[in-house]
Amino acid sequence: MLKITNLHAEVEGKDILKGIDLVVNAGEVHAIMGPNGSGKSTLSAVIAGNEHYEVTDGSIELDGEDLAELSPEERAHRGIFLSFQYPVEIPGVSVTNFMKTAINESRKAKGLEEMPANEMLKLIREKSELLEIDRKFMSRSLNEGFSGGEKKRNEIFQMAMLDPKLAILDETDSGLDIDALRIVANGVNKLRSDKNAIIVITHYQRLLDYIVPDYVHVLYNGRIVKSGTKELAYELEEKGYDWIKSAHSEVM
Amino acid sequence: MKIELETKEYEYGFYTDIESETFPVGLNEDIVRAISRKKEEPEWMTEWRIEAFRAWQQMEEPEWANVQYEKPDFQAISYYSAPKKKQLNSLDEVDPELLETFKKLGISIEEQKKLSGVAMDIVVDSVSVATTFKQTLAEKGIIFCPISEAIKEHPDLVRKYLGTVVPQRDNFYAALNSAVFSDGSFCYIPKGVRCPMELSTYFRINQAGTGQFERTLVIADEGSYVSYLEGCTAPSRDENQLHAAVVELVALDNAEIKYSTVQNWYPGDKNGQGGVYNFVTKRGLCETNAKISWTQVETGSAITWKYPSCVLKGDNSVGEFYSIAVTNNHQQADTGTKMIHLGKNTKSTIISKGISAGKSNNSYRGLVQIGARAENARNFSQCDSLLMGNNCGAHTFPYIESKNPTAKIEHEATTSKIGEDQVFYCNQRGIPTEKAIALIVNGFSKDVLNKLPMEFAVEAQKLLEISLEGSVG
Repeated sequence: MLKITNLHAEVEGKDILKGIDLVVNAGEVHAIMGPNGSGKSTLSAVIAGNEHYEVTDGSIELDGEDLAELSPEERAHRGIFLSFQYPVEIPGVSVTNFMKTAINESRKAKGLEEMPANEMLKLIREKSELLEIDRKFMSRSLNEGFSGGEKKRNEIFQMAMLDPKLAILDETDSGLDIDALRIVANGVNKLRSDKNAIIVITHYQRLLDYIVPDYVHVLYNGRIVKSGTKELAYELEEKGYDWIKSAHSEVM
Repeated sequence: MKIELETKEYEYGFYTDIESETFPVGLNEDIVRAISRKKEEPEWMTEWRIEAFRAWQQMEEPEWANVQYEKPDFQAISYYSAPKKKQLNSLDEVDPELLETFKKLGISIEEQKKLSGVAMDIVVDSVSVATTFKQTLAEKGIIFCPISEAIKEHPDLVRKYLGTVVPQRDNFYAALNSAVFSDGSFCYIPKGVRCPMELSTYFRINQAGTGQFERTLVIADEGSYVSYLEGCTAPSRDENQLHAAVVELVALDNAEIKYSTVQNWYPGDKNGQGGVYNFVTKRGLCETNAKISWTQVETGSAITWKYPSCVLKGDNSVGEFYSIAVTNNHQQADTGTKMIHLGKNTKSTIISKGISAGKSNNSYRGLVQIGARAENARNFSQCDSLLMGNNCGAHTFPYIESKNPTAKIEHEATTSKIGEDQVFYCNQRGIPTEKAIALIVNGFSKDVLNKLPMEFAVEAQKLLEISLEGSVG
C-alpha cells in the first residue's frame, strides 16, 4: 500500500531524513520508534505533504501512485490520515461542522454528492459511540479548551469518521494518562481491518501494549537503523536508545 | 472656495433648468432648493435642508479617522440625478463577473435582474409581493415607505423626529446629507405593535434605485418591536464614489429595534483603484427600558467611516453593537460604535470582529461614555482582530469616559493570525486552503453571525468567503 524509497527531506536547509525505505501493506500495523530529534514527526509530516518540508530525493507511493506532486488535501482524499501530535484549535468551528466540511470536501473531490444530513448524523452517532465520546462534545469548538486526552480522542474520532486507508498516529500517547491511553488505543483497535494500515509513531513502548504492532522500526538520525517484530520494542524499553546511538555513531 | 462658489452660482445658479434629469455639478442654496422642489417637498422641509446646508458650509471634513484618501471635491458632484440607471434588456448585457457573484450568493434570477438594473418583464410578481407586504403592515398600522413619500403623507411624524437623533449639524457628512438627501426609508411602528415580519425583502426592492445620500428614519413607538434589515448583499456596482447616509432610530419607552446591515459596495480593484467612499452616520435613541441592537457585516467600500451608536437616555435602556468588518486588498475601514450612557442602570454590549487581508487596514474605534447621572451603568466590549498575511493592519482605538463611579466597564481585545498550522490541519483532513480560510473566518465571526436573522446570516457567510477569495497565496 505504502512504499517509501530512499526518502530524503530537509527543513530550512537542514537534512532531517537521510534515506528512508519502508513498505507497509494493507492490514499491517507498523510502529516507528526512536529518540527525540530522530526524524519521526518529520516523516509523518512529509507523508502527509506538509510543504514546510522539502523532499530532496526519493519517493513516496500510495497504491503505486507517486505522491510528490499531490497537495496535502489531495493526499487526504486518497486516504492518508495524520493524527497530530499537537492538534490545532479552530475557535468557533464545532467538531460536527468541521467533520461535515472534511467529509463533503473529500466527496466533492471524488465527484460525489454531499452526504445527506441524516446519514451524517447517523455516522457521527455510530462513531462517537464506538469511541465512547459524549455527544455534547460534538458541538464544542474544535480542540478549543480540550484536555490532552480529549484532543487525542478527537483525532481518533476524526479517523473513524474519515475511514482512511493509511493512518499515521504521531505520538498519540503523549500527554495521556493510562485511562485515556486505553480508550484511545481501544478506539484504534476497533478501526483496524485487513483493508487499512496504521503507522504508530511513538517514543515509548507503553502504547504498543495496547496497539500491538506487526513490525517495529527504529529511526535514528534520519534513517531506519533497525527493524523487527514487537519484541524489538521490549528490547528498546529495557535497554533504552543509547545502545542504538552508540552502535550507529561509529558509522557516522 | 468662496470665489469658486460664486462663479458656480453665476454659471448655473438661479436660472438652472430644474426640469432636466440631472443637475449641474456643484452645490449651493439654489441646488438645495431645486432638489426640494423637484421632490415637491413642503416649505418646512426646504428650510430644514437650507439650514443644514448653511451649517455644512461652516464645517470642515474630519481627518481623525485612520484612513487615507483623496478628499472628494464636493463641487464636482452632481447632487441630483434621476435615479434610473441605464436600462438593460436582458441579463446577457450584464457584466458576467457580477452575475458570477450573484450565483455564488444564491440570488434568484428575478432579483438578479432587479439588482443589475435589467428591465423587469415579470413585474407583476414583485408588485403583488410588495402589495401583500403593505397590506399586512397596514393592518397593524405600520407605516413603511420611502422617506420622500413620508414627508408628504406623514409630515407630523417626520417633522417631529427628523434630526432629533442626528441633528443637521452633527458632523460634516450628516450636514451634507441633511441638505441634499435623495431618498431613503421611513418606518413607524405604532404603540404595542410587534412588527410581524423582518422588514427586509421589500426594502431590498425598494432600495434598488436609491442614490448616494440616503436618509432613513425608524420610529418604534412605546412597547413596539421591529427588526429591520438594510442593504443588499449583492455588490451593486454603483458609479457613485461618495456615499453619505444618515440613519436615525427612535426607540420610545419599552420599544425594541434590531437593525441589521450587510454592506457590500464596490471595494475598488486589487490595486486600490476606484471603490466607494462610505461615510455613514447611524445613531439610535433609547428611551426608558428601550433596546436598540445594531448588527453589521461590512465587506465592501474602499473607505468605510461608520459608527452606529446608541444614546441610552432612558433608565434601564440597552444598547448593543455586533460587527464584522472585512478588509482586503487596499480597503480601509475605520468603524466601531459609541455607547452614550445617560440613564440609570443602562447596559451596553459591544462585540467587534475585524478581519484584515491583503494590504488593507482595519480599525475599531469605540467610545463608551458614562454620564454623571448614569448610576450602575454597565458596558462589556470585546474587540477581536484576525490577520491574514503580513501586509495588513489591525488597530483598536477604544475610548472610555466615565463620570460616574458606580459604572462597570469591561474591555477585552485579542489579535490573532490565521496560522499555517491551522491551514495545514484542515488540508490534512481534505479541506482545500480557500475553504479552510472560510471555515476559520466563519468560526471567528460566529458570535456576530449568530445575531443576524437566519437567511441573512447564510448570505453574509457566503459574502465573507467571496470577499476573502484569493487572499491567501
